[in-house]
Parts: sequence; C-alpha cells; structure tokens
Amino acid sequence: MSERIDVSIEHKHAPQEDGGRPHPNTCPDCGSHYRDDELAEHLNVCPQCGHHFPVHARERIRQLFDEDSFAEDASELRSDDPLSFFDLRPYTERLAEAELSTGLGEAMLIGRAAIEGQPCQAAVMEFGFMGGSMGRVVGEKFARACEGAAERGVPLVSVTASGGARMQEGILSLMQLPKTVCAVEDLHDAGGTLISVMAHPTTAGVLASFASLGDVIVAEPGALLSFTGPRVVQQTTREKLPEDFGLAESNFRYGHVDQIVPRPELRATVARLLRLFANGR
Amino acid sequence: MAGEAELRLRNQLSRLRSLPLLRGAKLSGELQRLQRQLDRIVAEPSDEEIWRSVELARHPERPYTLDYVDRLLEDWFELHGDRQHGDDAALVAGLGRFRGRSVVLIGNQKGRDVKERTRRNFGMAYPEGYGKAMRAMELADRHGFPVITLVDIPGAYPGVTAEQHGQGGAIARSQALMARLGVPTVTCVIGEGGSGGAIATALADRVLMQENAIYTVISPEGCAAILWRDAGEARKAAAAFKPDAAHCLELGVIDAVVPEPEGGAHLDHERAAELLGDALVESLEQLESHSGEDLRRHRRVRFRTMGQVTASR
Repeated sequence: MSERIDVSIEHKHAPQEDGGRPHPNTCPDCGSHYRDDELAEHLNVCPQCGHHFPVHARERIRQLFDEDSFAEDASELRSDDPLSFFDLRPYTERLAEAELSTGLGEAMLIGRAAIEGQPCQAAVMEFGFMGGSMGRVVGEKFARACEGAAERGVPLVSVTASGGARMQEGILSLMQLPKTVCAVEDLHDAGGTLISVMAHPTTAGVLASFASLGDVIVAEPGALLSFTGPRVVQQTTREKLPEDFGLAESNFRYGHVDQIVPRPELRATVARLLRLFANGR
Repeated sequence: MAGEAELRLRNQLSRLRSLPLLRGAKLSGELQRLQRQLDRIVAEPSDEEIWRSVELARHPERPYTLDYVDRLLEDWFELHGDRQHGDDAALVAGLGRFRGRSVVLIGNQKGRDVKERTRRNFGMAYPEGYGKAMRAMELADRHGFPVITLVDIPGAYPGVTAEQHGQGGAIARSQALMARLGVPTVTCVIGEGGSGGAIATALADRVLMQENAIYTVISPEGCAAILWRDAGEARKAAAAFKPDAAHCLELGVIDAVVPEPEGGAHLDHERAAELLGDALVESLEQLESHSGEDLRRHRRVRFRTMGQVTASR
C-alpha cells in the first residue's frame, strides 16, 4: 500500500468534539484523522496503523455481502415496553431516539444475502442502536434468521457488536439468551451452519449465547470479546488487568476463536467458509 | 397489571372446579395451589416488597443448595471437577436419590462463614463450574436421570482468569447442552438468579422460583450504576426491572412460585425444604411420562416463544 498518503500530520491536533472526546474519525491508536470518504474507502480500517473503526450495520452489509444481494426480513418489528421501564428517561424515548439516530428499527438487521454468489442468511448487529443491546426484538430477529437459514438450507452469517442484554426489558432480555441458543440448536439439528463473526464489542449476553455457538468463530482484530468488561473486572477484583484483556488476540491465544481476520480479508474468508459448508451443493 | 397470567390461572381454576373429583385430594391440592398463585398475582408487590425480596434473596441465613441436598436427597454423592483442569467450589453437582428416583442435582453454592464464603467465591462460578455442570448433565442424559438445578448466584465471576478460561462461551455451551437433553429438567431459583451466570443452568422444562427469590438480567446495583450512574440507586433499579417472583410469573418467565415458610426461608430450613421438595416432585411427575424428543421439543418452543413481541410501534 505504498500509494497511501499520510493525512495524519496536519490533522493530528484536530479540534476535539464536545466533552473532550476525540472525533469519531480520529484513530484512537495513532491519532490519524480521516474524512468520511477516506475511511469508507478503506472499510473503516486506519490505513496508517490498521485500527478497526466501528462499522454501522448497513455499511457492514455493503462491505460483506454481494452488491444488492441483501433482502431484509422482519424490518417491521419494533420493541415495545413490557415493564413500562423508566430510569432517568423512559425506555420508549430511548427507543425513538435510537431509531432516529441510526435509521434502523432495532439493533439487528436480518435478511437473505449472498457472498461471492454463495447464498446465505444474514444477521448483522448495530452497536449504535442502544449499544447493540439484545431485547426481545433482537432475540426474535435472530431466531427468525436461524429459521430462515434452515428453511432455505443455507448457512447463517452473524456479525455481532453488542454490550449485552437490554436492561430496560428486565428479565425478558435475559430470556433472549436461551431463546437464541434454542434457535441455534434447532438450526444445527436441521443440518444448518452458523458462522459467527465477532466485531467490537461482542460482550455479556450476546457472547454468552448465540455468538459463541458458531460452527466457526472469527473475530476482527482488536475487538473486545469479554463476558464482563474491563472496567467492572477492575473494580470488582482490583486485579491488574493484562494489556490485551478480553481482546480478540487474547481470546485467540486462549482458544476461544478460530481465527482473527482483518476486515479487508473478511469477505473472502467468509466466502471460503460458505463454499466449504456448501460442500459442492 | 396481572392481565394475561391472571386470566390463564382463572381459566385453569374454573376448569378444575367443574371437573368431577376423580383424583380426589390431589386435585383439591391443585386448586389450592392455583388459588395461591392467583392471590399472589392479583396483589402486585409494591416497590418496598420488591426490595424486601432482594434482601431476603441475599439473606445470610437463607438455605443454600447443600442445605436442601441434606434435607431432600438420600445417598448423595458429590461429583468434583470438570475433567479438564479444575474443580469450582461455587457450583456443586452430584447424584442422589430424590423421593424414589436417582437424580443429578446441580446448584450454586455460597458459603456460610468468612472462610467458606471465600472458598466458594461468594457463589460466583468460573467457567470450570459450568464445565462440571455440563459433565454432570451429560451423565444424567446417558443414564436417563432427571436433572434438578438450584440457582443462587449473584453473577458469573467477573475476573481475569474467568475471562481467559472463556466465561461467555461456557455459559453459552451450558445452555446449548440443556437445550439438547432428553431427560426431564427442573430448575428452581432459590435465592439470587443473577444474569448469565444463572441462565447457564436454567434452560429447563419447568422453571420455578421461591417466593422471595429474585431473577435478574443484571444486579440492581449494576443496573443503577449504568442507568442512574449511581450504584446507590439500587432500590430504584429493582423497582424498575421487577425481579420478584410474582412479576416473573406474570411475565411467563417461570411456571410457578414455590411458597416459603412465613417470614422467609431463612427462618425454617426444614419447612422450606419440604415445600421445595413438594414443588420439585410435582414438576418431575408431570414430565416423567414424556419421551426425550417431546421434552426437547417443548423445552425449545417454550424459550422460543417466551415474551414474544406482540406489538409494533
């Protein structure tokens, strides 16, 4: 990649956004700063240091699946408010705001898709929608994606980015763990395949359910994949955390993921898996 | 509140009342049980009562798994170790005779004194604990023994080694194994049903909850710290996410509430064990005539349809 242009120097001290937070287009690892189109062109990977920026669900679908192959299912599903939950703000208000800011109805998109001509079912999470949290609609959508995959006899490719279960739905959000687990078991009984792609972050209830049940698990570099986040572990145990605590690299070393795949190679890697599982069919 | 669950119970009640008393005393016992559950639902717990459940669920004198094992099982033989690299004292598993049948019992275990609490890691399991649970469940499946799980865990242990040993994956796989079992499975939440650590051993055919137990997606303190930015607001968080047995029954998350002695299980361990034993055996008897395939199918449908979204905004 010798043609890459270092745009980092003049932007290194780009003004910080409100509250001293760095601009979302500034690389947290090397400080390089990019225009939107520059980042998009590089699949949201820092051309300087390889840091993987987050990818929105729609953008992920564009990157991973064949052009125009994605046909969305269950787009009409919206969460209601089973507990009339109210913390500092009503849950319904948070939902409405999330829909407005992401343009999505919930934290997961599902549908039929293809990669390099290989048909598959897709379930892609949106971290921007209430931290990618899993409530009843996300659980329902994932279960329907499993059923769709079984009916069509194609593998399910899931891309996860989630802070865990959605607290505002109380115990019903915890019940999405067994629900999605049962859906994967049904898919497996039907001879189906789950390819689990763990993006940053895949944590708590999503890591402790369907994401960990993939026939194959691949992770993006630097993704946080932990049941409990580093801050809580630090506070609870007062243990000194290793540098790479909970990261994909640590999970790989301890045997919890099959491969760490940089984003530019992800599409070809998943396509290879789809061919292998299709076994010439 | 009440609503659907109340209607369901009222229907059941009226159906039972109109039946000729073929089964005599047993049926009237059923009537009483339904009436009790109905009474509980209709009287929706106040915020204070919800917090009292949180306190009782964590009461230091509350009976723990091994207290029930002592009182309910004969010929108890404890199984140790996950057959990989460790034995987690925060989760016990073993074989025993329960009212005439061999069972595998799995339960979270807290300690009674300082030393024991440390040894049991305050009941917070490591992945090794779930490994042991899975091994015990596989044993049960091979031999056709029912599985009873008692849930009493503040949460799976949030530690560095626990993460390195794959806490999330262990919880996922333990659930997946429970979804595959071909033997009757009954869970009772006997204290704290804390989040992923609890659901790991709670994907069962029948899920019961003791009257003063709680079942939560996150601890009230954890929820308060995140949503109110102040762990001290735990009472508010508990009132908002309603972790008490009556609400869990109303939401269809559990099948029945197991009564406790007046004032709470901690006041009378013997009576608490009797009541728990009766509820467990009732559930097992409902399940034991079904084939493994039937059990598996119903179990999965149960969780697949639980809390189904009914409305679109």
